[in-house]
Amino acid sequence: MADQEITLMKGNEAIAHAAIRCGCDGYFGYPITPQSEVLETLAEQKPWETTGMVVLQAESEVSSINMVYGGACTGKKVMTSSSSPGVSLMQEGISYMAGAELPALIVNVMRGGPGLGTIQPSQSDYFQACKGGGHGDYHLIVLAPASVQEMADFVDLAFTLAFRYRNPAMILADGAIGQMMEKVVLPPFKPRRTEEEIIKECPWATTGRIGGRKPNIITSLELRSEEMEVINLRIQAKYREIEAKEVRYEEFMLDDAEYAIVAFGSAARIAKKSIEIARSQGIKVGLLRPITLWPFPTEEVKALAGRVKGILSLEINAGQMVEDIRLAVEGKVPVRHFGRLGGIIPDPDEVVEVLKSSF
Amino acid sequence: MTEEIIIAGFGGQGVLSMGKILAYAGLMEGKEVTWMPAYGPEQRGGTANVTVIVSDDPVSSPILSSYDTAIVLNQPSLEKFEPKVKPGGVIIYDGYGINEPPTRKDIDIYRIDAMDAAAEMNLIKTFNMIVLGGLLKIHPVVGIESVLAALRKTLPERHHHLIPKNEEAIRKGMEIIRKL
Repeated sequence: MADQEITLMKGNEAIAHAAIRCGCDGYFGYPITPQSEVLETLAEQKPWETTGMVVLQAESEVSSINMVYGGACTGKKVMTSSSSPGVSLMQEGISYMAGAELPALIVNVMRGGPGLGTIQPSQSDYFQACKGGGHGDYHLIVLAPASVQEMADFVDLAFTLAFRYRNPAMILADGAIGQMMEKVVLPPFKPRRTEEEIIKECPWATTGRIGGRKPNIITSLELRSEEMEVINLRIQAKYREIEAKEVRYEEFMLDDAEYAIVAFGSAARIAKKSIEIARSQGIKVGLLRPITLWPFPTEEVKALAGRVKGILSLEINAGQMVEDIRLAVEGKVPVRHFGRLGGIIPDPDEVVEVLKSSF
Repeated sequence: MTEEIIIAGFGGQGVLSMGKILAYAGLMEGKEVTWMPAYGPEQRGGTANVTVIVSDDPVSSPILSSYDTAIVLNQPSLEKFEPKVKPGGVIIYDGYGINEPPTRKDIDIYRIDAMDAAAEMNLIKTFNMIVLGGLLKIHPVVGIESVLAALRKTLPERHHHLIPKNEEAIRKGMEIIRKL
């Protein structure tokens, strides 16, 4: 089957192909290294001629996210992608969408910061992605792909979760996953939903008052505090449900492990190589890879605390996820952090050295 | 089998595309492959390098501390990657781009005068394919047929008439590579 063809492509290209194939209605974005291939691939593929998907290069990231906001209001499957500085610009729109409970996909192919920083890979937007980068009490559903295949697979998953919970979802990748080429089997084609299907699936959407239904008003504004608290409590209840149902993670060589690395995305790939090296030297170490960064696999990390003598949080940042690990283990086991900054990627040998000296 | 290769040189020498063709050829043989460029503010004449891993097993890290084989096409790349070749590994260098050859005794060192050969053949753009031919001679990571199939797959149709020239270049590389 042509759909099942194995091909070689960059993570960014996989995002674009997967978006077209999962029936995405619209992409609104603005170029920035190291994610520009998403928009470039969409422009090259011209999906507006095949599936009818809109692809638009906006004048800025602020415009892009507000176009996503508008598209999401109508129940359409809409997305944007950017890299760290661009995603910072989008935070207001993301907070509004979380407040208005709108499904959408935001892809962040992280680069080193702060500020304009560098164009090299980094994972320093963990806090921004997982703790609510904009204002207000909100969460995004955050997926962390560790391969080009997962870049392709997580587009549909992100949309599915976003619509299931009426909440924006984020794919949090980094420059390494975006720029590297690997084997990938693209997901099968799914047609875009018809207007009738959208009306049925999204009764809340502003699809036009056909048949005299009540007006649907989508806003994040509610000036009456009592009402706003009710809205917040409803959103928080939704977050608890997501935490209970949607945690995803991968375990690697943990069965007999005396030490554990917790790492996501490209850091998890480096960790696997470090584990191969460490095990060849007789150090029993395994990996817990959070796939959902929010909801974080708190229970799984907590369970690790009873099994291993120490946990190393390997992140390409100055120590962000390590806070969630420490909260999970409640001081039962030593938790160390190791990371490189500013676009430098730790190499597998140095991780092994850190493992040896940490515990 | 896992082969971890770094290819490094100047931007414009075809470093990234050589890696891509190698990775694609690996894919066509059903192997696991990863192509990881050191992307940067790219420009012709700047440095460029790419890590290519071809393996029978799933590839763990696309970023490595050391390599089985380093293909170095200029002096800065040699200085950077000679210390990172695993003991018993291989360095292939282009005689034109390197003034001070590698000195390590615990690795196999090969010289390929690919730039000179490309100039002689009046096929300067196939420089990278000559180098690739050299690699395939000493380390048949992938078969030449897979490389040609990869070229057919990756080159736009309008360039397909150049595939025989590329094959010629690969065979030239196999012929001229020599061990020091």
